[in-house]
Amino acid sequence: MILLYLETDEAGIAETSLETVALARSLAEAGGGIAIRAVLFGGLPEGVAGQLAAHGVDEVFHVTGAGFEAFSGAAWASALQALRERTGSVVVAAGGSPRGNEVLAHLAARLDVPMAANVVSFAGLAPFVVTRQVVGGAALEEMRLDQRPALFTVAGHSWTARAAVTPGKAEWHEEAPEVAPGDLAARIVSVGQREAVRPGALKRARVVVGAGRGAGGPDGFDGVVELAELLGGALGVSRVVTSLGWRPHHEQVGQTGSRISPELYIPCGISGAIQHWAGCSSSKTILAINTDPEAPMVTKADYAVIGDMHEVVPAIVEELRRRSGA
Amino acid sequence: MDVLVCVKRVPDSSSQILLTEDAQAVDGRHVGFTVSPHEECAVELAARLADATGGTATVLTLGPAEAVEQLRNALALGCGAAVHVEADTSRFGPADVAREIAAVVREHEGAGSPYDLVLLGNDAADSGDFQVGIRLAYALGRPVVNGAKVVELADGVATAHVDGPAGAETWSAPLPAVVTVLEGGVEPRYPTIKGRMAARKVQIEQRRPAYEPGGSRRTRLLLPPPEPSTVQVLGKGAEAAPAVVDLFEKLGVR
Ligand SMILES: Cc1cc2nc3c(=O)[nH]c(=O)nc-3n(C[C@H](O)[C@H](O)[C@H](O)COP(=O)(O)OP(=O)(O)OC[C@H]3O[C@@H](n4cnc5c(N)ncnc54)[C@H](O)[C@@H]3O)c2cc1C
Repeated sequence: MILLYLETDEAGIAETSLETVALARSLAEAGGGIAIRAVLFGGLPEGVAGQLAAHGVDEVFHVTGAGFEAFSGAAWASALQALRERTGSVVVAAGGSPRGNEVLAHLAARLDVPMAANVVSFAGLAPFVVTRQVVGGAALEEMRLDQRPALFTVAGHSWTARAAVTPGKAEWHEEAPEVAPGDLAARIVSVGQREAVRPGALKRARVVVGAGRGAGGPDGFDGVVELAELLGGALGVSRVVTSLGWRPHHEQVGQTGSRISPELYIPCGISGAIQHWAGCSSSKTILAINTDPEAPMVTKADYAVIGDMHEVVPAIVEELRRRSGA
Repeated sequence: MDVLVCVKRVPDSSSQILLTEDAQAVDGRHVGFTVSPHEECAVELAARLADATGGTATVLTLGPAEAVEQLRNALALGCGAAVHVEADTSRFGPADVAREIAAVVREHEGAGSPYDLVLLGNDAADSGDFQVGIRLAYALGRPVVNGAKVVELADGVATAHVDGPAGAETWSAPLPAVVTVLEGGVEPRYPTIKGRMAARKVQIEQRRPAYEPGGSRRTRLLLPPPEPSTVQVLGKGAEAAPAVVDLFEKLGVR
């Protein structure tokens, strides 16, 4: 039996969670038709039950009630722990999102079993061996999960969310478990709209113009900002840029910044370190502008212009203006 | 108030990654060693919190003899004391590391110097286990806030700011507590010459692991095969501009 902690957003089941269901289905098939059970928390958008059925989920536990009004890693894990026991699940998994990793780490600590973060595939069932991302995705680790339940999270974008050939029943159960006061000692007291709105704009932009060390200094961003504005896009930067204080951290793209997936990403003067790549690899098209034809960003890109960004970017801006007749 | 901040010596992974011959670890010999950006911010937060409350920030690492370098760096950046649990990190899984940190915290507490707050990075830059801080909290029986960018201490409570999926979350946890830190809330300071000099004089508490490690369950590391490049070069320098704008038109982004 496989038990999944799934997250929801305004649109339904979160993408990373559906990717997790896809991996779980493949695991269930390899194990000879194991049932997949999902656990959801709190208020839900419409259509979730149908979505889960379509993705092959057999049973759903919807947890609400006192202690589940606001996110809490410990409370969430306590509910998962109880449901895991009741269903006798031998695998518990979640998406490799901040919350997925947090909740499963709580569960791992409570059960005193290992947990594998950011799994991309499983190599075998007996022994159960998973392959997971380490060093920000630059390397992979094979890890044995001998204890039961086996706990892991699924790295984002490592699986494709896809409806199941045979839909599941998604048999629905409402749950309102009790939460021990100790599990609510650390708690959310308010949710506001502080900085979080701005990275939202970067994450949703259709075009992102990127700038790295090649910008040369805090005054080197005029061209890229202008280009971003002309294309109705947003500016994204590398960590070198934020750690030198040239631009604010909320503009950072990468493993420790925002993960973007625009139609077009135009990294200028960014080398393409694996930690930056982790944040931009889901871009549909990448056009790199760099003086170095061997830079990883250039070799991994779809298109490239080799040259100084301080010459290339203004020329593009001028060409755009010329064609708009301005 | 007294803050303990935990860091890990890791190979610098900002350029090329190589593996050791036994494929058990990333080879840092040619690229140098560092700590993760999350931990740099955790050290800064620890130093500020200790400063603001008249306490001490103590830095701890579990690592090889060379990890003293990372402790000295943190001492130059505002930490006042250091603990080195000398061990071969590759034999320690995340549960082992948490148990060792807990042993130090408990022993210091028994000796009359408890920590009000323990800070760690959200995840280590190499092993990326995403769990040491949470396991530590359970080992100590303390509340934990995960992925905080800023932490404040007042009236026996830690207030932590987390960028949640729906907006900025303010968390509260009674002290003593554990908080794991994400990069981006504070700017790590640069070391001063005076700071470096002072750091050299600090006596580092040297320890051995308290337990036999259970291990990491790692069988081996692999490098993903390099993908063949399919890049299409549109041109060199400013002359490429028309080809670039053609591309914008083709993609419908203009
Ligand atoms: C745990 C961890 C997390 C990290 N998280 C992130 C993250 O979230 N985001 C991130 O970006 N990095 C992150 N990093 C840092 C990352 O490893 C790199 O150090 C960083 O991305 C490099 O930034 P850069 O490309 O701007 O600089 P560099 O690597 O120095 O590259 C500069 C590039 O600009 C080119 N160039 C120079 N001058 C010009 C010019 N005039 N015109 C055009 N091109 C020029 C050069 O050829 C080079 O390719 C992280 C590192 C670690 C260890």
